[in-house]
Amino acid sequence: MVYSEKVIDHYENPRNVGSLDKDAENVGTGVVGAPECGDVMKLQIQVEDGVITDAKFKTFGCGSAIASSSLATEWLKGRKIDDAGTIKNSDIAEELALPPVKIHCSVLAEDAIRQAIADFQSKQAQPAEAPASEEAPAS
Amino acid sequence: MVDHRLVYLDSQATTKLDPRVLDTMMPFLTEDYGNAASRSHDFGWVAEKAVDHARETLAAGLGAKGREIVFTSGATESNNLAILGAARMYQGKGKHLISAPTEHKAVIDPLKRLESEGWEITWLDVDAQGRIDLDQLRSAIRPDTVLVSLMHGNNEIGTLHPIAEIGAICREAGVLFHTDATQTFGKEEINVEAMHIDLLSASGHKMYGPKGVGLLYVRRRNPRVRLEPIQFGGGHERGMRSGTLNVPGIVGFGRALELCLENRAEEQARMAALRDRLQQRLESELDFVQVNGDQEHRLAVNLNISFAYIEGESLIMGIPGIAVSSGSACTSASLEPSYVLRAMGVGDDLAHSSIRFGVSRFTTEDEIDYAADRVIAAVRRLREMSPLYEMALEGIDLNSVQWQGH
Repeated sequence: MVYSEKVIDHYENPRNVGSLDKDAENVGTGVVGAPECGDVMKLQIQVEDGVITDAKFKTFGCGSAIASSSLATEWLKGRKIDDAGTIKNSDIAEELALPPVKIHCSVLAEDAIRQAIADFQSKQAQPAEAPASEEAPAS
Repeated sequence: MVDHRLVYLDSQATTKLDPRVLDTMMPFLTEDYGNAASRSHDFGWVAEKAVDHARETLAAGLGAKGREIVFTSGATESNNLAILGAARMYQGKGKHLISAPTEHKAVIDPLKRLESEGWEITWLDVDAQGRIDLDQLRSAIRPDTVLVSLMHGNNEIGTLHPIAEIGAICREAGVLFHTDATQTFGKEEINVEAMHIDLLSASGHKMYGPKGVGLLYVRRRNPRVRLEPIQFGGGHERGMRSGTLNVPGIVGFGRALELCLENRAEEQARMAALRDRLQQRLESELDFVQVNGDQEHRLAVNLNISFAYIEGESLIMGIPGIAVSSGSACTSASLEPSYVLRAMGVGDDLAHSSIRFGVSRFTTEDEIDYAADRVIAAVRRLREMSPLYEMALEGIDLNSVQWQGH
Protein backbone atom coordinates (compact mmCIF):
# COMPACT_ATOMS: atom_id res chain seq x y z
CA MET A 1 0.00 0.00 0.00
CA VAL A 2 1.42 3.35 -1.02
CA TYR A 3 0.23 6.10 1.27
CA SER A 4 -0.03 9.85 0.81
CA GLU A 5 2.40 12.05 2.69
CA LYS A 6 -0.44 13.28 4.91
CA VAL A 7 -1.34 9.75 6.00
CA ILE A 8 2.31 9.02 6.76
CA ASP A 9 2.60 12.28 8.70
CA HIS A 10 -0.45 11.49 10.87
CA TYR A 11 0.77 7.92 11.34
CA GLU A 12 4.26 9.00 12.39
CA ASN A 13 3.13 12.04 14.40
CA PRO A 14 -0.39 11.26 15.51
CA ARG A 15 -2.21 14.24 17.04
CA ASN A 16 -4.09 13.94 20.29
CA VAL A 17 -3.46 10.31 21.21
CA GLY A 18 -4.89 9.51 24.61
CA SER A 19 -7.99 9.17 26.71
CA LEU A 20 -10.34 11.53 28.53
CA ASP A 21 -12.43 10.58 31.56
CA LYS A 22 -15.34 8.78 29.92
CA ASP A 23 -17.48 9.27 33.04
CA ALA A 24 -17.07 13.05 33.06
CA GLU A 25 -20.31 14.88 32.31
CA ASN A 26 -18.70 17.12 29.68
CA VAL A 27 -16.96 14.27 27.83
CA GLY A 28 -18.50 12.39 24.93
CA THR A 29 -17.08 9.03 23.86
CA GLY A 30 -17.52 7.12 20.61
CA VAL A 31 -16.19 3.59 20.11
CA VAL A 32 -16.79 2.10 16.67
CA GLY A 33 -15.55 -0.88 14.66
CA ALA A 34 -14.69 -4.39 15.81
CA PRO A 35 -11.42 -6.26 16.42
CA GLU A 36 -12.33 -9.06 13.99
CA CYS A 37 -12.86 -6.45 11.25
CA GLY A 38 -9.36 -5.12 11.81
CA ASP A 39 -10.27 -1.66 13.07
CA VAL A 40 -11.57 -0.13 16.29
CA MET A 41 -11.62 3.62 16.93
CA LYS A 42 -12.19 5.35 20.23
CA LEU A 43 -12.77 9.07 19.88
CA GLN A 44 -13.53 11.44 22.75
CA ILE A 45 -14.49 15.10 22.95
CA GLN A 46 -14.48 17.45 25.93
CA VAL A 47 -17.00 20.28 25.69
CA GLU A 48 -17.03 23.57 27.58
CA ASP A 49 -19.67 26.26 26.92
CA GLY A 50 -20.67 24.64 23.66
CA VAL A 51 -17.13 24.48 22.33
CA ILE A 52 -14.97 21.37 21.95
CA THR A 53 -11.91 22.27 23.99
CA ASP A 54 -10.16 18.92 23.72
CA ALA A 55 -10.35 15.77 21.63
CA LYS A 56 -8.47 12.49 22.01
CA PHE A 57 -8.33 9.22 20.11
CA LYS A 58 -7.00 5.71 20.28
CA THR A 59 -7.17 3.48 17.22
CA PHE A 60 -6.54 -0.18 16.42
CA GLY A 61 -6.26 -0.36 12.66
CA CYS A 62 -4.21 0.30 9.59
CA GLY A 63 -2.31 3.51 8.88
CA SER A 64 -5.33 5.08 7.18
CA ALA A 65 -7.54 4.39 10.19
CA ILE A 66 -4.99 5.95 12.53
CA ALA A 67 -4.61 8.97 10.23
CA SER A 68 -8.40 9.40 9.85
CA SER A 69 -8.98 9.50 13.58
CA SER A 70 -5.95 11.71 14.20
CA LEU A 71 -7.21 14.19 11.61
CA ALA A 72 -10.72 14.05 13.07
CA THR A 73 -9.47 15.11 16.52
CA GLU A 74 -7.49 17.94 14.92
CA TRP A 75 -10.59 19.21 13.15
CA LEU A 76 -12.82 18.81 16.21
CA LYS A 77 -10.73 20.86 18.60
CA GLY A 78 -11.98 24.44 18.85
CA ARG A 79 -15.14 23.66 16.91
CA LYS A 80 -18.62 24.42 18.27
CA ILE A 81 -20.34 21.22 19.32
CA ASP A 82 -23.28 22.15 17.09
CA ASP A 83 -20.96 22.25 14.06
CA ALA A 84 -19.04 19.08 14.87
CA GLY A 85 -21.53 16.88 13.04
CA THR A 86 -20.79 18.62 9.76
CA ILE A 87 -17.44 16.80 9.38
CA LYS A 88 -18.01 14.30 6.58
CA ASN A 89 -16.12 11.16 5.75
CA SER A 90 -15.59 12.48 2.25
CA ASP A 91 -13.77 15.52 3.66
CA ILE A 92 -11.44 13.22 5.63
CA ALA A 93 -10.88 10.95 2.64
CA GLU A 94 -10.11 13.90 0.41
CA GLU A 95 -7.77 15.60 2.87
CA LEU A 96 -5.77 12.36 3.35
CA ALA A 97 -6.03 11.30 -0.31
CA LEU A 98 -7.23 7.85 0.79
CA PRO A 99 -7.29 5.17 -1.92
CA PRO A 100 -10.72 3.60 -2.62
CA VAL A 101 -10.04 0.48 -0.52
CA LYS A 102 -9.39 2.71 2.51
CA ILE A 103 -12.51 4.87 2.30
CA HIS A 104 -14.10 2.77 5.06
CA CYS A 105 -11.49 4.20 7.46
CA SER A 106 -12.89 7.68 6.95
CA VAL A 107 -16.44 6.35 7.31
CA LEU A 108 -15.44 4.85 10.63
CA ALA A 109 -14.01 8.20 11.76
CA GLU A 110 -17.27 9.97 10.88
CA ASP A 111 -19.21 7.32 12.82
CA ALA A 112 -16.92 7.82 15.81
CA ILE A 113 -17.50 11.59 15.73
CA ARG A 114 -21.28 11.13 15.57
CA GLN A 115 -21.25 8.64 18.41
CA ALA A 116 -19.10 10.90 20.60
CA ILE A 117 -21.47 13.84 19.99
CA ALA A 118 -24.51 11.67 20.72
CA ASP A 119 -22.91 10.39 23.93
CA PHE A 120 -22.18 13.94 25.07
CA GLN A 121 -25.70 15.10 24.23
CA SER A 122 -27.34 12.22 26.03
CA LYS A 123 -25.40 13.13 29.16
CA GLN A 124 -26.70 16.69 28.91
CA ALA A 125 -30.31 15.55 28.47
CA GLN A 126 -30.27 13.48 31.65
CA PRO A 127 -30.01 15.14 35.02
CA ALA A 128 -26.66 14.50 36.57
CA GLU A 129 -26.73 11.43 38.76
CA ALA A 130 -27.04 12.16 42.43
CA PRO A 131 -23.78 11.67 44.20
CA ALA A 132 -23.53 8.29 45.85
CA SER A 133 -25.52 8.29 49.06
CA GLU A 134 -24.24 10.79 51.56
CA GLU A 135 -25.92 8.88 54.29
CA ALA A 136 -23.96 5.74 53.78
CA PRO A 137 -22.63 4.62 57.06
CA ALA A 138 -18.99 5.19 57.55
CA SER A 139 -17.12 1.97 57.80
CA MET B 1 11.78 7.88 2.85
CA VAL B 2 14.70 5.77 1.62
CA ASP B 3 17.09 6.68 4.39
CA HIS B 4 16.26 3.46 6.22
CA ARG B 5 18.22 0.26 6.16
CA LEU B 6 16.78 -2.53 4.01
CA VAL B 7 16.43 -5.94 5.65
CA TYR B 8 14.80 -8.78 3.73
CA LEU B 9 12.79 -11.13 5.97
CA ASP B 10 10.24 -12.47 3.50
CA SER B 11 11.95 -15.64 2.29
CA GLN B 12 8.72 -17.62 1.96
CA ALA B 13 7.67 -15.17 -0.74
CA THR B 14 10.92 -15.42 -2.64
CA THR B 15 14.67 -15.58 -2.10
CA LYS B 16 17.63 -13.73 -3.50
CA LEU B 17 19.30 -15.40 -6.47
CA ASP B 18 22.59 -16.80 -5.21
CA PRO B 19 25.38 -15.12 -7.22
CA ARG B 20 26.94 -18.55 -7.80
CA VAL B 21 23.69 -19.62 -9.45
CA LEU B 22 23.78 -16.60 -11.72
CA ASP B 23 27.36 -17.45 -12.73
CA THR B 24 26.21 -20.91 -13.80
CA MET B 25 23.26 -19.50 -15.73
CA MET B 26 25.11 -16.71 -17.49
CA PRO B 27 26.48 -18.66 -20.48
CA PHE B 28 22.96 -19.86 -21.25
CA LEU B 29 21.67 -16.30 -21.19
CA THR B 30 24.37 -15.22 -23.62
CA GLU B 31 26.39 -17.41 -26.00
CA ASP B 32 24.84 -20.83 -25.35
CA TYR B 33 21.35 -19.84 -26.37
CA GLY B 34 20.33 -23.01 -28.17
CA ASN B 35 16.95 -24.65 -27.91
CA ALA B 36 17.27 -27.90 -25.97
CA ALA B 37 14.90 -29.53 -28.45
CA SER B 38 17.13 -28.74 -31.45
CA ARG B 39 18.70 -32.07 -32.30
CA SER B 40 20.52 -30.95 -35.44
CA HIS B 41 23.35 -28.71 -34.24
CA ASP B 42 25.81 -27.86 -31.49
CA PHE B 43 23.69 -25.09 -30.01
CA GLY B 44 20.90 -27.53 -29.30
CA TRP B 45 23.21 -30.28 -28.02
CA VAL B 46 24.93 -27.94 -25.58
CA ALA B 47 21.56 -26.81 -24.20
CA GLU B 48 20.23 -30.34 -23.99
CA LYS B 49 23.32 -31.55 -22.15
CA ALA B 50 23.00 -28.75 -19.59
CA VAL B 51 19.30 -29.48 -19.08
CA ASP B 52 20.02 -33.19 -18.65
CA HIS B 53 22.64 -32.44 -16.02
CA ALA B 54 20.21 -30.25 -14.08
CA ARG B 55 17.47 -32.84 -14.47
CA GLU B 56 19.67 -35.59 -12.99
CA THR B 57 20.78 -33.32 -10.14
CA LEU B 58 17.24 -32.30 -9.23
CA ALA B 59 15.96 -35.88 -9.52
CA ALA B 60 18.77 -37.16 -7.30
CA GLY B 61 17.79 -34.56 -4.69
CA LEU B 62 14.41 -36.27 -4.49
CA GLY B 63 15.66 -39.83 -4.68
CA ALA B 64 14.11 -40.02 -8.17
CA LYS B 65 15.21 -40.64 -11.78
CA GLY B 66 15.80 -37.88 -14.33
CA ARG B 67 12.99 -39.15 -16.53
CA GLU B 68 10.55 -38.53 -13.69
CA ILE B 69 11.12 -34.77 -13.75
CA VAL B 70 8.86 -32.47 -15.79
CA PHE B 71 10.07 -28.89 -15.98
CA THR B 72 7.46 -26.16 -15.65
CA SER B 73 7.27 -22.40 -15.20
CA GLY B 74 6.97 -22.69 -11.41
CA ALA B 75 5.14 -24.42 -8.59
CA THR B 76 1.77 -22.93 -9.50
CA GLU B 77 1.93 -24.65 -12.88
CA SER B 78 3.27 -27.85 -11.29
CA ASN B 79 0.36 -27.94 -8.84
CA ASN B 80 -2.16 -27.30 -11.60
CA LEU B 81 -0.65 -29.99 -13.82
CA ALA B 82 -0.54 -32.53 -10.98
CA ILE B 83 -4.10 -31.97 -9.81
CA LEU B 84 -5.94 -31.29 -13.06
CA GLY B 85 -3.77 -33.79 -14.93
CA ALA B 86 -4.28 -36.68 -12.50
CA ALA B 87 -7.96 -35.98 -11.86
CA ARG B 88 -8.78 -35.93 -15.58
CA MET B 89 -6.58 -38.91 -16.43
CA TYR B 90 -8.09 -41.13 -13.74
CA GLN B 91 -11.69 -39.98 -13.71
CA GLY B 92 -12.67 -43.47 -14.81
CA LYS B 93 -11.73 -44.63 -11.31
CA GLY B 94 -13.72 -41.92 -9.60
CA LYS B 95 -14.11 -38.23 -9.03
CA HIS B 96 -13.13 -37.81 -5.40
CA LEU B 97 -10.10 -35.84 -4.17
CA ILE B 98 -8.76 -35.03 -0.69
CA SER B 99 -6.90 -31.95 0.47
CA ALA B 100 -6.81 -29.41 3.31
CA PRO B 101 -7.92 -25.78 3.66
CA THR B 102 -4.40 -24.57 4.53
CA GLU B 103 -2.95 -25.43 1.12
CA HIS B 104 -1.59 -22.75 -1.18
CA LYS B 105 -4.10 -21.16 -3.54
CA ALA B 106 -2.30 -22.89 -6.42
CA VAL B 107 -3.67 -26.16 -5.00
CA ILE B 108 -7.01 -24.90 -3.67
CA ASP B 109 -8.07 -23.12 -6.85
CA PRO B 110 -7.54 -26.01 -9.29
CA LEU B 111 -9.41 -28.24 -6.82
CA LYS B 112 -12.29 -25.74 -6.73
CA ARG B 113 -12.23 -25.68 -10.51
CA LEU B 114 -12.66 -29.46 -10.54
CA GLU B 115 -15.42 -29.17 -7.95
CA SER B 116 -17.31 -26.90 -10.32
CA GLU B 117 -16.86 -29.53 -13.03
CA GLY B 118 -18.40 -32.30 -10.95
CA TRP B 119 -15.59 -33.65 -8.78
CA GLU B 120 -16.09 -34.00 -5.04
CA ILE B 121 -13.42 -32.62 -2.69
CA THR B 122 -12.99 -33.60 0.96
CA TRP B 123 -11.28 -30.84 2.93
CA LEU B 124 -9.61 -32.33 5.99
CA ASP B 125 -9.73 -30.42 9.27
CA VAL B 126 -6.59 -28.83 10.65
CA ASP B 127 -5.90 -28.30 14.33
CA ALA B 128 -4.74 -25.11 16.03
CA GLN B 129 -1.17 -25.83 14.86
CA GLY B 130 -2.23 -26.39 11.26
CA ARG B 131 -1.74 -30.17 11.38
CA ILE B 132 -4.08 -32.75 9.94
CA ASP B 133 -5.39 -35.86 11.70
CA LEU B 134 -4.06 -38.99 9.99
CA ASP B 135 -7.04 -41.04 11.16
CA GLN B 136 -9.36 -38.58 9.52
CA LEU B 137 -7.32 -38.92 6.32
CA ARG B 138 -7.59 -42.73 6.49
CA SER B 139 -11.33 -42.63 6.88
CA ALA B 140 -11.77 -39.98 4.18
CA ILE B 141 -10.27 -42.27 1.50
CA ARG B 142 -12.99 -44.02 -0.53
CA PRO B 143 -13.00 -46.47 -3.44
CA ASP B 144 -13.51 -43.56 -5.85
CA THR B 145 -10.71 -41.40 -4.39
CA VAL B 146 -8.11 -40.61 -7.03
CA LEU B 147 -5.69 -38.21 -5.38
CA VAL B 148 -4.64 -36.80 -2.02
CA SER B 149 -2.89 -33.42 -2.21
CA LEU B 150 -1.24 -32.22 0.99
CA MET B 151 1.68 -29.80 1.16
CA HIS B 152 4.97 -30.49 2.87
CA GLY B 153 5.74 -27.13 4.54
CA ASN B 154 3.15 -24.41 4.90
CA ASN B 155 4.12 -21.07 3.36
CA GLU B 156 2.35 -18.94 5.96
CA ILE B 157 2.77 -20.71 9.27
CA GLY B 158 5.65 -23.08 8.48
CA THR B 159 3.90 -26.19 9.80
CA LEU B 160 5.24 -29.43 8.28
CA HIS B 161 2.82 -32.19 7.39
CA PRO B 162 4.08 -35.74 8.11
CA ILE B 163 4.41 -36.62 4.43
CA ALA B 164 6.06 -39.98 5.02
CA GLU B 165 3.05 -41.15 7.04
CA ILE B 166 0.63 -39.60 4.56
CA GLY B 167 2.46 -41.30 1.69
CA ALA B 168 2.29 -44.69 3.42
CA ILE B 169 -1.44 -44.32 4.02
CA CYS B 170 -2.08 -43.37 0.39
CA ARG B 171 0.09 -46.16 -0.97
CA GLU B 172 -1.68 -48.77 1.15
CA ALA B 173 -5.05 -47.48 -0.01
CA GLY B 174 -3.96 -47.35 -3.67
CA VAL B 175 -4.51 -43.61 -3.94
CA LEU B 176 -2.10 -41.18 -5.60
CA PHE B 177 -0.29 -38.72 -3.31
CA HIS B 178 0.75 -35.27 -4.49
CA THR B 179 2.73 -32.92 -2.25
CA ASP B 180 3.55 -29.27 -2.80
CA ALA B 181 7.14 -29.08 -1.58
CA THR B 182 7.74 -25.50 -2.69
CA GLN B 183 8.86 -24.40 0.77
CA THR B 184 10.90 -27.49 1.61
CA PHE B 185 12.77 -28.73 -1.47
CA GLY B 186 16.48 -28.31 -0.83
CA LYS B 187 15.83 -27.64 2.85
CA GLU B 188 14.01 -30.57 4.44
CA GLU B 189 14.83 -34.23 3.81
CA ILE B 190 12.71 -35.57 0.95
CA ASN B 191 12.85 -39.00 -0.65
CA VAL B 192 10.02 -39.93 -2.98
CA GLU B 193 10.66 -43.66 -2.57
CA ALA B 194 10.84 -43.77 1.21
CA MET B 195 7.93 -41.35 1.50
CA HIS B 196 5.75 -42.96 -1.20
CA ILE B 197 5.27 -39.69 -3.05
CA ASP B 198 3.75 -39.98 -6.53
CA LEU B 199 3.71 -36.31 -7.56
CA LEU B 200 5.75 -33.44 -6.11
CA SER B 201 5.89 -29.74 -6.95
CA ALA B 202 8.90 -27.49 -6.42
CA SER B 203 10.06 -24.06 -7.48
CA GLY B 204 13.44 -22.49 -8.22
CA HIS B 205 13.05 -19.07 -6.66
CA LYS B 206 12.24 -20.27 -3.13
CA MET B 207 15.70 -21.84 -2.89
CA TYR B 208 17.99 -19.08 -4.21
CA GLY B 209 17.40 -20.04 -7.83
CA PRO B 210 15.75 -18.02 -10.58
CA LYS B 211 12.05 -17.18 -10.92
CA GLY B 212 10.05 -18.70 -13.75
CA VAL B 213 11.21 -22.30 -13.35
CA GLY B 214 9.73 -25.18 -11.41
CA LEU B 215 9.37 -28.91 -11.61
CA LEU B 216 6.84 -31.63 -11.17
CA TYR B 217 8.08 -35.04 -10.14
CA VAL B 218 5.90 -37.69 -11.80
CA ARG B 219 6.44 -41.28 -10.64
CA ARG B 220 7.21 -43.71 -13.46
CA ARG B 221 7.26 -47.05 -11.61
CA ASN B 222 5.09 -48.65 -8.92
CA PRO B 223 2.78 -47.13 -9.92
CA ARG B 224 3.40 -45.42 -13.25
CA VAL B 225 1.55 -42.12 -13.02
CA ARG B 226 0.07 -40.63 -16.16
CA LEU B 227 -1.25 -37.12 -16.53
CA GLU B 228 -3.63 -35.45 -18.93
CA PRO B 229 -1.65 -32.41 -20.14
CA ILE B 230 -3.01 -28.94 -19.48
CA GLN B 231 -1.18 -27.33 -22.37
CA PHE B 232 -0.52 -28.69 -25.82
CA GLY B 233 2.10 -28.12 -28.46
CA GLY B 234 5.47 -29.61 -29.35
CA GLY B 235 5.21 -32.60 -27.05
CA HIS B 236 8.11 -31.61 -24.81
CA GLU B 237 8.66 -33.30 -21.46
CA ARG B 238 7.25 -36.61 -22.74
CA GLY B 239 4.06 -34.87 -23.82
CA MET B 240 3.15 -33.76 -20.33
CA ARG B 241 4.29 -30.17 -20.72
CA SER B 242 4.71 -28.77 -24.20
CA GLY B 243 6.76 -25.62 -24.58
CA THR B 244 10.40 -24.71 -25.18
CA LEU B 245 12.45 -25.43 -22.10
CA ASN B 246 13.68 -22.50 -20.03
CA VAL B 247 17.32 -23.56 -20.35
CA PRO B 248 18.98 -20.85 -18.21
CA GLY B 249 16.26 -21.23 -15.57
CA ILE B 250 16.62 -25.02 -15.45
CA VAL B 251 20.42 -24.79 -15.26
CA GLY B 252 20.08 -22.29 -12.40
CA PHE B 253 17.52 -24.45 -10.63
CA GLY B 254 19.91 -27.42 -10.71
CA ARG B 255 22.82 -25.34 -9.45
CA ALA B 256 20.63 -23.86 -6.70
CA LEU B 257 19.82 -27.34 -5.44
CA GLU B 258 23.50 -28.36 -5.48
CA LEU B 259 24.29 -25.37 -3.28
CA CYS B 260 21.41 -26.14 -0.91
CA LEU B 261 22.54 -29.73 -0.49
CA GLU B 262 26.24 -28.86 -0.05
CA ASN B 263 25.76 -28.12 3.62
CA ARG B 264 22.06 -28.47 4.14
CA ALA B 265 22.07 -29.51 7.79
CA GLU B 266 24.48 -26.78 8.80
CA GLU B 267 22.59 -24.09 6.93
CA GLN B 268 19.24 -25.24 8.30
CA ALA B 269 20.62 -25.12 11.83
CA ARG B 270 22.04 -21.65 11.32
CA MET B 271 18.75 -20.30 9.95
CA ALA B 272 16.71 -21.95 12.71
CA ALA B 273 18.99 -20.36 15.30
CA LEU B 274 18.40 -16.93 13.76
CA ARG B 275 14.65 -17.53 13.69
CA ASP B 276 14.72 -18.69 17.31
CA ARG B 277 16.73 -15.63 18.31
CA LEU B 278 14.10 -13.36 16.78
CA GLN B 279 11.25 -15.29 18.37
CA GLN B 280 12.92 -15.32 21.77
CA ARG B 281 13.41 -11.56 21.73
CA LEU B 282 9.87 -10.79 20.63
CA GLU B 283 8.36 -13.18 23.17
CA SER B 284 10.49 -12.00 26.07
CA GLU B 285 10.26 -8.25 25.45
CA LEU B 286 6.58 -7.95 24.50
CA ASP B 287 3.39 -9.10 26.18
CA PHE B 288 0.33 -10.52 24.42
CA VAL B 289 2.15 -12.24 21.55
CA GLN B 290 1.16 -15.59 20.04
CA VAL B 291 3.29 -17.72 17.75
CA ASN B 292 1.16 -19.37 15.05
CA GLY B 293 1.85 -22.81 13.63
CA ASP B 294 3.40 -25.98 14.98
CA GLN B 295 6.31 -25.26 17.30
CA GLU B 296 8.01 -28.59 16.78
CA HIS B 297 7.35 -29.61 13.18
CA ARG B 298 8.00 -26.45 11.23
CA LEU B 299 10.17 -24.80 8.62
CA ALA B 300 13.50 -23.68 10.02
CA VAL B 301 13.12 -20.27 8.39
CA ASN B 302 9.57 -19.35 9.38
CA LEU B 303 8.14 -17.30 12.23
CA ASN B 304 4.47 -16.36 12.14
CA ILE B 305 3.50 -14.32 15.14
CA SER B 306 0.47 -12.29 16.22
CA PHE B 307 0.96 -9.08 18.18
CA ALA B 308 -2.43 -8.76 19.84
CA TYR B 309 -4.21 -5.37 19.85
CA ILE B 310 -2.33 -3.91 16.91
CA GLU B 311 -3.16 -4.32 13.25
CA GLY B 312 -0.57 -5.95 11.00
CA GLU B 313 -0.47 -3.40 8.25
CA SER B 314 0.04 -0.53 10.67
CA LEU B 315 2.98 -2.45 12.14
CA ILE B 316 4.50 -2.97 8.70
CA MET B 317 4.14 0.78 8.11
CA GLY B 318 6.05 1.35 11.34
CA ILE B 319 9.09 -0.68 10.28
CA PRO B 320 9.94 0.79 6.88
CA GLY B 321 12.74 -1.03 5.13
CA ILE B 322 12.09 -4.31 6.92
CA ALA B 323 10.47 -6.63 4.40
CA VAL B 324 7.90 -8.91 6.03
CA SER B 325 4.35 -9.91 5.19
CA SER B 326 1.11 -9.94 7.14
CA GLY B 327 -1.96 -12.12 7.46
CA SER B 328 -3.92 -8.93 7.83
CA ALA B 329 -6.62 -8.28 5.28
CA CYS B 330 -5.32 -4.78 4.81
CA THR B 331 -2.23 -5.95 2.94
CA SER B 332 -4.24 -7.98 0.47
CA ALA B 333 -6.83 -7.08 -2.11
CA SER B 334 -9.41 -9.48 -0.69
CA LEU B 335 -10.24 -7.62 2.55
CA GLU B 336 -10.30 -11.02 4.26
CA PRO B 337 -7.66 -11.95 6.83
CA SER B 338 -5.48 -15.01 6.24
CA TYR B 339 -7.57 -18.06 5.30
CA VAL B 340 -4.80 -20.29 6.67
CA LEU B 341 -4.98 -18.79 10.17
CA ARG B 342 -8.77 -18.84 9.98
CA ALA B 343 -8.79 -22.56 9.11
CA MET B 344 -6.63 -23.17 12.21
CA GLY B 345 -9.20 -21.43 14.37
CA VAL B 346 -7.08 -18.35 15.02
CA GLY B 347 -9.57 -15.53 15.58
CA ASP B 348 -9.89 -12.85 12.94
CA ASP B 349 -8.62 -10.29 15.45
CA LEU B 350 -5.32 -12.17 15.87
CA ALA B 351 -5.16 -12.89 12.14
CA HIS B 352 -5.29 -9.15 11.51
CA SER B 353 -2.40 -8.82 13.97
CA SER B 354 -0.15 -11.47 12.43
CA ILE B 355 3.24 -10.95 10.81
CA ARG B 356 5.31 -13.52 8.92
CA PHE B 357 9.08 -13.33 9.20
CA GLY B 358 11.25 -15.49 6.95
CA VAL B 359 15.00 -15.79 7.35
CA SER B 360 17.25 -16.95 4.53
CA ARG B 361 20.78 -18.01 3.64
CA PHE B 362 21.78 -14.36 3.46
CA THR B 363 20.25 -13.22 6.77
CA THR B 364 22.77 -12.09 9.40
CA GLU B 365 22.53 -12.00 13.18
CA ASP B 366 22.98 -8.25 13.04
CA GLU B 367 19.94 -7.96 10.77
CA ILE B 368 17.87 -10.07 13.17
CA ASP B 369 18.84 -7.88 16.12
CA TYR B 370 18.09 -4.72 14.16
CA ALA B 371 14.69 -6.06 13.05
CA ALA B 372 13.83 -7.17 16.58
CA ASP B 373 14.66 -3.70 17.97
CA ARG B 374 12.57 -1.98 15.35
CA VAL B 375 9.59 -4.33 15.65
CA ILE B 376 9.55 -4.12 19.44
CA ALA B 377 9.65 -0.30 19.34
CA ALA B 378 6.87 -0.14 16.72
CA VAL B 379 4.64 -2.57 18.62
CA ARG B 380 5.03 -0.57 21.82
CA ARG B 381 4.29 2.70 20.07
CA LEU B 382 1.18 1.33 18.34
CA ARG B 383 -0.09 -0.21 21.54
CA GLU B 384 0.13 3.19 23.19
CA MET B 385 -2.49 4.30 20.71
CA SER B 386 -4.55 1.09 20.72
CA PRO B 387 -7.91 1.23 22.49
CA LEU B 388 -7.85 -2.58 22.69
CA TYR B 389 -4.52 -2.68 24.51
CA GLU B 390 -5.86 -0.10 26.97
CA MET B 391 -8.93 -2.25 27.57
CA ALA B 392 -6.84 -5.40 27.94
CA LEU B 393 -4.67 -3.73 30.57
CA GLU B 394 -7.84 -2.62 32.38
CA GLY B 395 -8.85 -6.27 32.49
CA ILE B 396 -11.79 -5.95 30.11
CA ASP B 397 -12.64 -9.16 28.27
CA LEU B 398 -12.76 -8.02 24.65
CA ASN B 399 -15.02 -10.93 23.76
CA SER B 400 -17.68 -9.60 26.11
CA VAL B 401 -17.83 -6.20 24.40
CA GLN B 402 -20.68 -5.45 22.02
CA TRP B 403 -18.74 -4.20 19.00
CA GLN B 404 -20.34 -2.14 16.30
CA GLY B 405 -18.65 -3.75 13.33
CA HIS B 406 -19.29 -2.83 9.73
